[in-house]
Amino acid sequence: MDKLGVFLCTGCGIADAVDVDKVIEAANERKCAATLTHACLCAPEGLAAIRSTVAEQQLNGVLLAACSERAKAAEFSPLAGDNLVMFRTAIREHCTWSHEAGHEDTTMLAQDMVRMGLARLEGMKAFTRLQEAISDTVLVVGGGRTGLEAALAAAGLGHPVVLVELSDRLGGRLADQVSVAPEEPPYEAPQANPIPTLIDEVTAHDQIKVLTSTAIVAIDGQPGQFKVRLDGSSGLELTVGAIVQATGASPYDATRLGHLGYGASPDVVTSQELEKMLVAGRVACPSDGRTPQRVVFVQCAGSRDESHLRYCSSECCINTLRQVNELKRINPGISSAIIHKDLRAPGLMEHFYLATQKNTGVMITRGEVGGVEANGKLKVKLQHSLLGDDVALDADLVVLATGMVPRSADGERIRELIDCRHQAEHSESSQVRETSAKRAAELVSHEGTEILHLSYRQGPDLPTLRYGFPDSHFICFPYETRRTGVYAAGTVHAPMESVQAAEDGIGAAMKAVQCIEMAKRGEAVHPRAGDTSYPDFFLQRCTQCKRCTEECPFGTLNEDAKGTPQLNVLRCRRCGICMGACPERIISFPDYSVHMVAEMIKAMEVPEDFEEKPRILALMCENDAVPALEAAAANGATWNPWVRVIPIRCLGSTNIVWIAEALSKGIDGVILVGCKYGDDYQCHYVRGSELANTRLGNVGETLQRLALEPERIKVVELSHDEFDRVPKVLDDFAEELEAMGLNPLKGF
Amino acid sequence: MSEGKPTLLVIGAGIAGVTAALEAAETGAEVVLVEREPFIGGRVIRSYNYFPKMCPPTCGMEINTRRLERNPRVKVLTSSRVSAAEPNGKGWKVTVTTEPAFVNSRCTACGDCAAACTTEVADPFNLGLCKVKAIRLPHLNAWPKRFVFDRAAVGDDEAKAIAGACSYGAIDLEAKATTATFDVGAVIVATGWKPYPLDKLADLGGDLQDVIANVHLERLASPGGPTGGKILRPSNGEPPTRVAFVQCAGSRDVNHLPYCSGVCCLASLKQAQYVKDQYPAAEVTMYYIDRRTPGRNEDVLLKTSALEGVRLVKGKVGRIEQQNGSLKLHVEDVENEKVIEAEADLVVLATGMVPSAGDDDLALFTRKDADGFVLDDLGSAVTVAGVARRPEDVASSVRDATGAAARALVAAGRRA
Repeated sequence: MDKLGVFLCTGCGIADAVDVDKVIEAANERKCAATLTHACLCAPEGLAAIRSTVAEQQLNGVLLAACSERAKAAEFSPLAGDNLVMFRTAIREHCTWSHEAGHEDTTMLAQDMVRMGLARLEGMKAFTRLQEAISDTVLVVGGGRTGLEAALAAAGLGHPVVLVELSDRLGGRLADQVSVAPEEPPYEAPQANPIPTLIDEVTAHDQIKVLTSTAIVAIDGQPGQFKVRLDGSSGLELTVGAIVQATGASPYDATRLGHLGYGASPDVVTSQELEKMLVAGRVACPSDGRTPQRVVFVQCAGSRDESHLRYCSSECCINTLRQVNELKRINPGISSAIIHKDLRAPGLMEHFYLATQKNTGVMITRGEVGGVEANGKLKVKLQHSLLGDDVALDADLVVLATGMVPRSADGERIRELIDCRHQAEHSESSQVRETSAKRAAELVSHEGTEILHLSYRQGPDLPTLRYGFPDSHFICFPYETRRTGVYAAGTVHAPMESVQAAEDGIGAAMKAVQCIEMAKRGEAVHPRAGDTSYPDFFLQRCTQCKRCTEECPFGTLNEDAKGTPQLNVLRCRRCGICMGACPERIISFPDYSVHMVAEMIKAMEVPEDFEEKPRILALMCENDAVPALEAAAANGATWNPWVRVIPIRCLGSTNIVWIAEALSKGIDGVILVGCKYGDDYQCHYVRGSELANTRLGNVGETLQRLALEPERIKVVELSHDEFDRVPKVLDDFAEELEAMGLNPLKGF
Repeated sequence: MSEGKPTLLVIGAGIAGVTAALEAAETGAEVVLVEREPFIGGRVIRSYNYFPKMCPPTCGMEINTRRLERNPRVKVLTSSRVSAAEPNGKGWKVTVTTEPAFVNSRCTACGDCAAACTTEVADPFNLGLCKVKAIRLPHLNAWPKRFVFDRAAVGDDEAKAIAGACSYGAIDLEAKATTATFDVGAVIVATGWKPYPLDKLADLGGDLQDVIANVHLERLASPGGPTGGKILRPSNGEPPTRVAFVQCAGSRDVNHLPYCSGVCCLASLKQAQYVKDQYPAAEVTMYYIDRRTPGRNEDVLLKTSALEGVRLVKGKVGRIEQQNGSLKLHVEDVENEKVIEAEADLVVLATGMVPSAGDDDLALFTRKDADGFVLDDLGSAVTVAGVARRPEDVASSVRDATGAAARALVAAGRRA
């Protein structure tokens, strides 16, 4: 943009802290078209003054040097428009509230903030939002309770639905159950299985097309425009806007539960095997067909067990209570016992637990099952039980409450397996061949697990977290998978009971419909929901290094045969990680680019060394580190005045060029403050802060070439709430740099 | 989405209400989000960390706040409550009453007014654990970022001085309560919960200084809390050396709440980590009936119980009493079939969740269960999200709220 105005607010103590005239002088250095100071820009009078100046001077860019973009958004955001871009620099929080009033360093900081803001605006471009043809159709994969509920919800929201089911019938695992746990008050007795009604509703719905005995052959494209190829009789091809993956869970493989007697006697059965008897209305010992007198249920069969599933499968305790009720109903003469580690009937299921105890007389006791003896009569051996140590319970029938394993496929591991196999055969280095073969052997269990068959460079399915659940931010944003427009729901998503799975299906359908609606409006989805900008790739200068295609956490980029990235913009979350990865700097957003931030750094004034005023560049995550800093400022904290903060979208968008630019200009040190990474990462873009750290690990060489200490660059992990720590992080770095001495490149 | 875009009312701007409002608005609906407190975030914004990741709730709330600010389809009314509701044939006609805006939208949060204020009141954000100025930003990350004025606590002269200190004309001492009515296609009830009151737990020492509730410990551990994040004994401000967590304090108890509150085991296991992080030498004991950590939250149980100096004892605490400088616990040790006595210098009662809508009698709570939880009534265009519906954790509330937004839109669509 070329006709820029600087609007400096003098309220909230700004005029008391800095020399306003000098700040305006700094603005005029960069030849802006208009400057205005006002005692309260956010008040209606201030806003009117901005509007009239913009109109009079025909400005196309506005620099608001006032409060943070996190304040007064309702007042200021409407100023920007199709022909007017705006950038806000937080003079109040980052300068005047947090630095000594009247000190020359404070004014110098404000001057730099204005220079940097103008440099940013000079690079910003007007843009028009995407307008693409978007399909309204939702594809639901899996016809169990979750998928059926998802289909009905999406159709209820006015969207056509295609439901594909691998098996030849709808209903999933639940179809084989005689009942479900209580879902309505008073939560005391099993309820009728909802599956038959759901199937009727789905098959009768004119907006839902059901395809059973159908698998996915391939899914190409992007949200709003997925091209889906199916096998089955039709060999159908269709276009869908978004996808709900409701592929469910499988019972844990009972043949691995020999230590609990499975296989030793036919009278040790799984809860699924008992359910078949309950459905048939006759419970008998498989060995001889006699009616059991005593049934012992063993909980956590494969769950909460280091050698099997580490997690709790969530539904088994409730399911066992339900089976105890059904057993009693079919044959009141049978007595039951439940052996558990903890009886998990959370929330309102406590009512079911108490009612079951009262109504069935079931014996419920805590203990560890040490084994099941199967010489003639079954004996369940208990340790550490409330009944004592090393006691045995006689049983005619033992039921193992087997846990659940998600029916997911880890797309990234599948991709890695394919890559390793390729390397193992084709690499020129024998060492690479060897390590690749070894890694491929580790990953072999992922072979043939594909479900969605996404034609994505990063693999054919949703990446998963620990334990195989396809998730990325499962507390705050449980529907955020790492593939835009694809939402997991039900027991593939997390271990859960059937009523929760039903609700989860509805939630995922909501997200699928929302993704379609946002794509129609040209808006990004979570976490930059509503952002209408999108990246541009200047491919003429691409060197096919593939860093962007490998590093994008969301699988946005495919590659052609030569390795050139192919942008699928509707998959993009606008984090800028590709932009940080690109050595050629060819990836830009209209309001955020390598060039723009580099120009901001260039715009900083670096005093000569005799002035003894070092300069520090702080690149800080706008979602967590910057809010922490601003909370510190609001709380009266101060920090070193040599620091110049540039809020960035994600640490992962940091391009090494920025560091090189800063150090070669004589800036004494660069600190990056971003989110925690590792297993419990807090980065909203999953891998951004981790990638930044890796990239910076590789700049040591460059620094050595420049004869600079590697300690001039520092990466710090910080949480959103650590406002008490962030000033110290900056001050400590300033002290470390002071001990190191000034950057010798100053003045060159 | 069909053409005529429905308007939804969301009651409560805790994590469930904010989520439901955003999911509906990003899908295209117009939403009115009503919150009783002067800021959004409800219970979660008062927590230090979420389990199992041990990360601050403000981090996700930052994203949600940005979503709210960017979305012109959500109208947020804080310091407001639904005062009346009646069916209007297509949905509901609701009246929303907003408390007098003694501080209006011209407020820049500069703080000049607070400098002129000498009166202090118990801090509602910090659950009364400390005092704050009568005029203040409710908390450091409060959204809307606007001061609130506890006008009733301040005399007229001081109030005038406070108003005079504002350069922006943001303080209006004559402000009156306002009401607005909305015709909405459906309602999402996300009224959340309140902690079971300590004063009903006299047997468990609910009236003793060093017996606190789990919600208090969240504030004590938070950097923005009354102690700047240090867990200290309320009686003497000293670090605790023996901390006891008492599970099911009021839950799973016929004399109090008959249900399980669903999250307290995980909350205590998480809080045991707070204590051990600050005081590695502290002895921590958790008394429980069942350790209910479903799903992958089992990781929290495994991590906490592996910490040195942490003991988990199956037992029901029957009585807690002050004994000189420390607290004496009488515990029924179920494992060993005896009653044991134990000492602690800080006791954390894992108090349960009471549905906030329980005592309210709005016409739109068409279905309620015996415990006071509100139920979906799609025929009446009412859906329920989060703990208003049943005790559950944050992740479940968010999933539930997303589904509730869909159910509400479907219900509104059917009637339109």
